[in-house]
Amino acid sequence: MIVETSQRTTSPELVQNIVSPLLKQPVPPMQPAMGFFTDTSICIGCKACEVACKQWNELPANEAHWSGTSYDNTRQLSATTWRHVQFIEQIGRERPQISTLPFFNNDRWLMHSDVCKHCANAPCQEACPTGAIIRTEFDTVYVQQDICNGCGYCVVACPFGVIARDEHASHTARKCTLCYDRMKDGIEPACAKACPTDSIQYGEVEQLKALARERVGLLHERGVSEARLYGVDDNMLDGGLNSFFLLLDEPAVYNLPQNPSRPSNNVVPASLWSIVTALVLSLLGIFFFSNNK
Amino acid sequence: MGSNMAEAHPVAFANVVKAKERGAKVIHVDPHYSRTSALANLHIPIRAGSDIVFLGAIIRYLLENNAYFHDYVLHYTNAATLIREDYRDSEDLDGLFSGFDPETGVYSDQSSWDYQRDANGQPLTDPSMQHPRCVLQILRRHFARYTPEMVEHVCGVPHEQWAQVMDTLIENSGRERTTALCYAVGWTQQSKGVQIIRAGTIVQLLLGNIGRPGGGIMALRGHASIQGSTDVPTLYDLLSGYMPQPSAQLPQQTLAQYIATAGQKTGWWSHLPVYIRSLLKAWYGKAADEQDGNCSYRWLPKITGDHSHLVTSYAMLDGKVRGYFLFGQNPAAGSSSARMQRKALEQLDWLVVRDLYEVESAAFWYKGPHGDAVDPSKIKTEVFLLPAAASTEKEGSFTNTQRVIQWRDKAVDPPADARSDLWFVYHLGKRLKELYATSRKRQDQALLALTWDYQREEPETNSYILDEPDALLVLKEINGYYVHPSAHTIGRRPTYTLRDAPHIAGFAALKADGSTACGSWIYSGVYPEPGNNRAASRIAAGYPPLQWGYAWPANRRILYNRASADPQGRPWSDRKKYIWWDEQQKQWTGYDVPDFPLSKAPDYIPPPGATGMDAISGNSPFIMQPDGKGWLFAPKGLKDGPLPTHYEAVESPVHNAMYHQQSNPTAKYFKDRPDNRLVTVADANYPIVITTYRLTEHHVSGAMTRWLPWLNALQPTLFAELSPELATERKIKHGDWIVISTPRGEIEARAMVTRRVRPLRINEHVVHQIGLPFHWGFQGKATGSITNDLAHTVLEPNVSIQEAKAFMCNVRSGRLA
Repeated sequence: MIVETSQRTTSPELVQNIVSPLLKQPVPPMQPAMGFFTDTSICIGCKACEVACKQWNELPANEAHWSGTSYDNTRQLSATTWRHVQFIEQIGRERPQISTLPFFNNDRWLMHSDVCKHCANAPCQEACPTGAIIRTEFDTVYVQQDICNGCGYCVVACPFGVIARDEHASHTARKCTLCYDRMKDGIEPACAKACPTDSIQYGEVEQLKALARERVGLLHERGVSEARLYGVDDNMLDGGLNSFFLLLDEPAVYNLPQNPSRPSNNVVPASLWSIVTALVLSLLGIFFFSNNK
Repeated sequence: MGSNMAEAHPVAFANVVKAKERGAKVIHVDPHYSRTSALANLHIPIRAGSDIVFLGAIIRYLLENNAYFHDYVLHYTNAATLIREDYRDSEDLDGLFSGFDPETGVYSDQSSWDYQRDANGQPLTDPSMQHPRCVLQILRRHFARYTPEMVEHVCGVPHEQWAQVMDTLIENSGRERTTALCYAVGWTQQSKGVQIIRAGTIVQLLLGNIGRPGGGIMALRGHASIQGSTDVPTLYDLLSGYMPQPSAQLPQQTLAQYIATAGQKTGWWSHLPVYIRSLLKAWYGKAADEQDGNCSYRWLPKITGDHSHLVTSYAMLDGKVRGYFLFGQNPAAGSSSARMQRKALEQLDWLVVRDLYEVESAAFWYKGPHGDAVDPSKIKTEVFLLPAAASTEKEGSFTNTQRVIQWRDKAVDPPADARSDLWFVYHLGKRLKELYATSRKRQDQALLALTWDYQREEPETNSYILDEPDALLVLKEINGYYVHPSAHTIGRRPTYTLRDAPHIAGFAALKADGSTACGSWIYSGVYPEPGNNRAASRIAAGYPPLQWGYAWPANRRILYNRASADPQGRPWSDRKKYIWWDEQQKQWTGYDVPDFPLSKAPDYIPPPGATGMDAISGNSPFIMQPDGKGWLFAPKGLKDGPLPTHYEAVESPVHNAMYHQQSNPTAKYFKDRPDNRLVTVADANYPIVITTYRLTEHHVSGAMTRWLPWLNALQPTLFAELSPELATERKIKHGDWIVISTPRGEIEARAMVTRRVRPLRINEHVVHQIGLPFHWGFQGKATGSITNDLAHTVLEPNVSIQEAKAFMCNVRSGRLA
């Protein structure tokens, strides 16, 4: 890669550049927890969120490949795709006859803009050995690109398959930052800004959760009995998700785990089993060697 | 209906989603289940091309069950007006109306469609609406056979589904509620598109949904500012503000003759002399000072026939067009019969393409789709591709479907040699004027007399472009200005120029005496004084938001809003209160700018022989019509009949169930054109109905979007949507390549087998439909077949639009060789 330097760095700047990483920066004051409420019941599948995200975060385009999976040619979240709109066709479903017009017609085309869940207790952060993954002052999960060593532990730790290693450029783990740079300036993330129907809402997590509960109640009143919230309750991953969803069907339909598991929960039982195995093997060894005497 | 609003107008559709959240019911009637259908309360698949039967059955139901809005219909429409005794309906003449000339294929004598009139020329009426010749009774007879059963047979829509629409419409119309109708090119791009819109109009008038908040008919435009391009028109048959372009085929050789034939004695169009004189003044300045205005009027080009886009393409193909300018238009991929379009471009001497990228229309001379052999040595056309500025790189205005003019600032300079269209046209005009400066030839005098001074006083700050013209000066000319302090000073000083002239405050100030100039009377008031560009205003507050942009005419947000009050001038209901008569103040008032003479009392009755606006009674809201009434029956103005009647699409799987007349008799068929072979009715070689549409991810022929990798990744290539039933029948697997063929050509696409497309039962037969987006071509970073290569060129008679939404094709598995 060729780096063009248009200006020469002056010597005081040079000194500052060398010294500043060694100095301890003041910790930014804590802010209210911020997150997304993605309401799939008003998503029109325009994918403006995907493009706005790519543009703001300067992410490269995916390879243009027609997938045949409805209108979803993005297919998955990746190191360079931080919003992904799913399309799920449910045409010809059986539904009880009702006299008034339903809120949605019988045939459904579910659209859902998936994104990093910014878990309140994030498995990726637990798995990170370098401390690259931190919680910001907005209580979001952020990967510090200059610290990440690309080990990939976070990739397997994430129960949602969100975080991934950029195999083409940085070789570090990357994912949605909730537009940390925009948040610092008090402006909403690019995807929420671009969403024409406000299917993606950005705000304080507590307020958004209240809004989400109100919304799902309203949809139930309107007869959309399948509407449900995903990630609002604290029992999901011990604390809930800071980026949560209103879905119109089972989570599995959207390729989301019903009960996402935390890999670190396996540590104690796995360790115990290791100890037990070691003990058993040792005993067996002692037993065999003593017999051969 | 006829609109895929969520995909083609996602930002506007956000308001539909909001309305739905507030309790509005959204019904989508469309051949294929799109992202619009996904958000609707009800989606009804319909056979492409059968809309008039669907709407006609609604009209019939309203009439037969007295479910129409009686007081509105009686007073505000021409339901009570009597039609001439010699009028014959399409029910009498098997699909034709009286006055049809089979030799020429046009309604050469439309006199029988007119009203019965008294000695003063006033229409005769029967307020009981029982007279057999009154419009309501004619309507009743005309639509008598448009039954729900016919909807099942012709549209393939089950009775219960249609009834659900009917019930919802009736529930949501009347004094307390209103219904809006949205359509787009799904209606217009049909060989009877105008009549489909007419059918929608009749539905809305019968339900009392015009001129009232939450009502109306919304024409969703195909591009940003297509509305603007008909207001300040790029259309061949219109002058600014919907004045007709003078025609050599009509007695319009002098201004007086033009006014006599194009104007109206009664109603708002009686002001035509004011608007045409002010337009001539704006265009020709001092040269338009003469008393009768004839000299400058003579300079206006007179049309000699149909010079619309596709007709011009055929003229080009015949070698009759030598040069062509394309401003952001891409006929080689985006126009109907695209293959013919490319052949036509080859016949030009020169072609100027102004676009952001090298679009298909700029590359046709060395490249084509699917390895079409293109031999540059055989093509004489000299192509000039000039880089154009994008919307963010220039200043100007957009006018949206609600007629709101919105000013847009320039964000950045365009790159390198790219320039705005305004820059290009201005400098081209300047150079042409220089080139002809010494000419004494009569035909050159119009060009020399043209006012053409839009230069900036000082170059724009921080821009490297030093000769960009002043867009605000153009806006000032469109708004209108005083040329002389008064009529008495014409020919004497002071005379103002565009730069120093006082602005006109609104079109009421325009004069027919040559003392005012105005580039488009309907926009008058948008820039009423220096420093006050109302199109740039962005205050969202208020109901309606009168300070958000500027809605022509006169910043009125709802046209014909007098209809929001009852005949006595009281709101129809508190809930739908909008404009009303204030008895104390003796004037019209309300939330919006009243669309009625302010002090004309509701009980005003015109004296016999009254002319102009005096002839419009106090309870006639539709002031642009000579009788002030909404036209259920159009006594004049249309080329294919006074009432909508069902014709099959030009290519159709079935015979017309209503009449022996199969398709629109007045459409322009171009049957003698070898490149325009048409499928005959029920041809087994082409048994599948095809319709075309847009996706959110790309814009029209992809001229701007197929160069963006982010967008290409979202929709990389052309696909065809077909039902599992058709796929099984043709042994096509999901994801296979398939070939789609019509007599005009073959293209290839990926097969998207989806239940969102379903076969319909039409007359006991299964009719398959497929749908294709049309965003691809052979240029750009994502390429694919050109869907428009399949379409034919048969044009709607009133507006010469192609029928791209309903024609016939065949499909097979495989790829093009």
